[in-house]
Amino acid sequence: MNRPLTGVLVLEFCQFLAGPSAGLKLADLGARVIKIERPDGGDACRQLSIKNLFVDEDSLLFHTINRNKESYAADLKNKEDLNCLKKLIAKADVMIHNFRPGVMEKIGLDYQQAQLINPKIIYGMVTGYGNKGPWANKPGQDLLVQAMSGLTYLSGKSTDGPVPFGLSVSDIMCGNHLVQGILAALIKRAKTQKSVLVEVSLLESLLDVQFEVLTTYLNDGGKLPERSQIDGSAHAYLSAPYAIYRTQDGYISLAMGDLKLIAEVIQSDISSFYACESDGFDKRDEIIAWLGQTFQTAPTDHWLKALEARGIWSAAVLDYQEATALSAYQHLEIEQDLELGNGQTLKTTVSPIRIDRQKLTAKKAAPRLGADNEKINLAFELK
Amino acid sequence: MQALEDYLVIDFSQFLSGPSASLRLADMGARVIKIERAGVGDICRTLYTSNLKMNGESSVFHAINRNKESLAVDLKKEEDSEIVSELLKKADIMIHNFRPGVMERLGFDYDTVKKINPGIIYGEISGYGDVGQWKTKPGQDLLLQSLTGLTSLTGNATSGPVAMGLSIVDMLAGAHLAQGILACLYRKVIHQEGALVQISMMESAYDFQFETITTFMNDGNCLPERTEKNNANAYLGAPYGIYQTKNGYLALAMGSIPVLGQLLQCSPLMAYPESAQAFTQREEIKSIIAEHLLTDTTEKWLSILEPADIWCANVLNWHELMANEGFKVLDIVQEVEMKDGYTYQTTRCPIRIDGELLTSSKGSPKLGQDNQAILNEFIHLKTTANV
Repeated sequence: MNRPLTGVLVLEFCQFLAGPSAGLKLADLGARVIKIERPDGGDACRQLSIKNLFVDEDSLLFHTINRNKESYAADLKNKEDLNCLKKLIAKADVMIHNFRPGVMEKIGLDYQQAQLINPKIIYGMVTGYGNKGPWANKPGQDLLVQAMSGLTYLSGKSTDGPVPFGLSVSDIMCGNHLVQGILAALIKRAKTQKSVLVEVSLLESLLDVQFEVLTTYLNDGGKLPERSQIDGSAHAYLSAPYAIYRTQDGYISLAMGDLKLIAEVIQSDISSFYACESDGFDKRDEIIAWLGQTFQTAPTDHWLKALEARGIWSAAVLDYQEATALSAYQHLEIEQDLELGNGQTLKTTVSPIRIDRQKLTAKKAAPRLGADNEKINLAFELK
Repeated sequence: MQALEDYLVIDFSQFLSGPSASLRLADMGARVIKIERAGVGDICRTLYTSNLKMNGESSVFHAINRNKESLAVDLKKEEDSEIVSELLKKADIMIHNFRPGVMERLGFDYDTVKKINPGIIYGEISGYGDVGQWKTKPGQDLLLQSLTGLTSLTGNATSGPVAMGLSIVDMLAGAHLAQGILACLYRKVIHQEGALVQISMMESAYDFQFETITTFMNDGNCLPERTEKNNANAYLGAPYGIYQTKNGYLALAMGSIPVLGQLLQCSPLMAYPESAQAFTQREEIKSIIAEHLLTDTTEKWLSILEPADIWCANVLNWHELMANEGFKVLDIVQEVEMKDGYTYQTTRCPIRIDGELLTSSKGSPKLGQDNQAILNEFIHLKTTANV
């Protein structure tokens, strides 16, 4: 397979997760991605570890996000380095950055100036909250954006207070949106032969993630979401039985479905709560609590067999050890080994996109800071 | 010009995953025709998805399917199937999210469609791929959250599994499908090649968790441990979390514990001078912070922490968010109009291209509303189709 972005050169002036996760997707799709990093330390994510896990000098986290890329160390405040970068920009297809508004203007690499260097450049920008208004200079950090976007009132129970998603969802969705915008820009540029500006922000990405429920809010007279009071409730806007239930030996989740049929299958009489479909919404909490009592009386497998036999959407709730043991996890080849260059390997995930029935595997591990300076200086005649 | 101007997308998908991808393509300028089952249509129009009906159909359907057309057909009828084939001959992109095997039976699987349109970009979303015993299981969002360990990351350690309260795996799969399709469309522009793009919700769910599952793979398969209180990320140390204050809540991301102790005038925090303690003793540190922040208002804490560049924020609900100038300047709400004149408000595409918002005033389609126009435009067969 000819990877779709073969021949595309991407310069990544990004740190942490949102921008670099976009760079990673583009790399797996076939682009050549060069991280432009400060000579003193580079991407701050190199030192940001979780559980103090490092691979050589850099954190495992950095390795996860920055595999399949090259690194070019340059000081944006040093004139000579900046000249080299300008030569590189002249030959690039795409550049992306996630500096706060104003920083690239000061350096002289904002969109207008980049266009002068390369009239066909695709210029991608990630901000926290857009580049105008009272929030433009606030730190674009995932938890803060979750807090400000209303997202924290959608998970957990009504008695929990705000509950954030336990992953950097704004960074990851924003990175995904940046990839979409850049790919659309590549298509557009192929026709116009002109530069394209692509802008995304963490806050807009989190509003987009909420587009279904926000549309409901915008048209129902502005009612705030009402989470259930019951343990295991899984969605503020969906009717019973949508929830996670405790069983005798674990947990089972039930998605949307025909309540009468479900009640019949698990032999739980819900007739005092449920007469018509709207009761699934109106009496959501009572029904979930009632079904929950039944589910506690037998193990997960017992319920799954009964429910699946009748085509009811249900699943066991698994932890990572159980989840990664599923045959589907193996069949989908979710893991790959990166080559660290010293005979050692590092396990991580593969791109989730399959093209022409092939996975977009890539063995290349994340680069050491400045690992590719010499090669890039030579190949692009920068010095 | 819009990036995808003049491209035609034929979309057989239902619910959220596939349709969220075609919505993105529509907002980028493509023409999207939904192929829907006559009489019923996309199940999302009616079933279980929202308590709010707008113009007779689910609010969720209207959010996902604006800016599209609808062709209602019965694919089991030969004449209708021929109509769809004619459309596919002229399409640039096709999308479906049926379970493996369904398109083979209907005669619209990739190998068949490729024969009538070798340049087509064919995108499909499954739950668990197309091999093995899982391939026929339902690919539904909550089930995927449950089966991939995602529910062990949100909420507190004492809460049991907690789902993320949105169909996040559907949206991720849709986002990845849009990426694959756009990348292959670019390849087609350059090399005139068609493509098959396949996404499974399970792979998308793990891509979302790539940081945490990679940690799991490399630290001896240790499971994530959420904190008992104020959990926001099982893998991060204190103060990362949301805390109650005297009059609301405060989100606190990073910050050295002794520095926080000084700024907040909370002396017990001075007992944790080593940065490693922020992780190893995070339960007790979080408890101290939680107790202390209750003693004053969110505004008071923000007025101390923000000037010191500590990453923190007020926690807003939608009323509060939308009343704020910081939200208004984003201009993210748009009004759209259906063919019958019904109007509603919804959000726009989150991407800006060349400084422009990708808005469109076109609302969602009524089932089959475009049948006649599409037939007139594309079909030159002398057909007596009932559509």
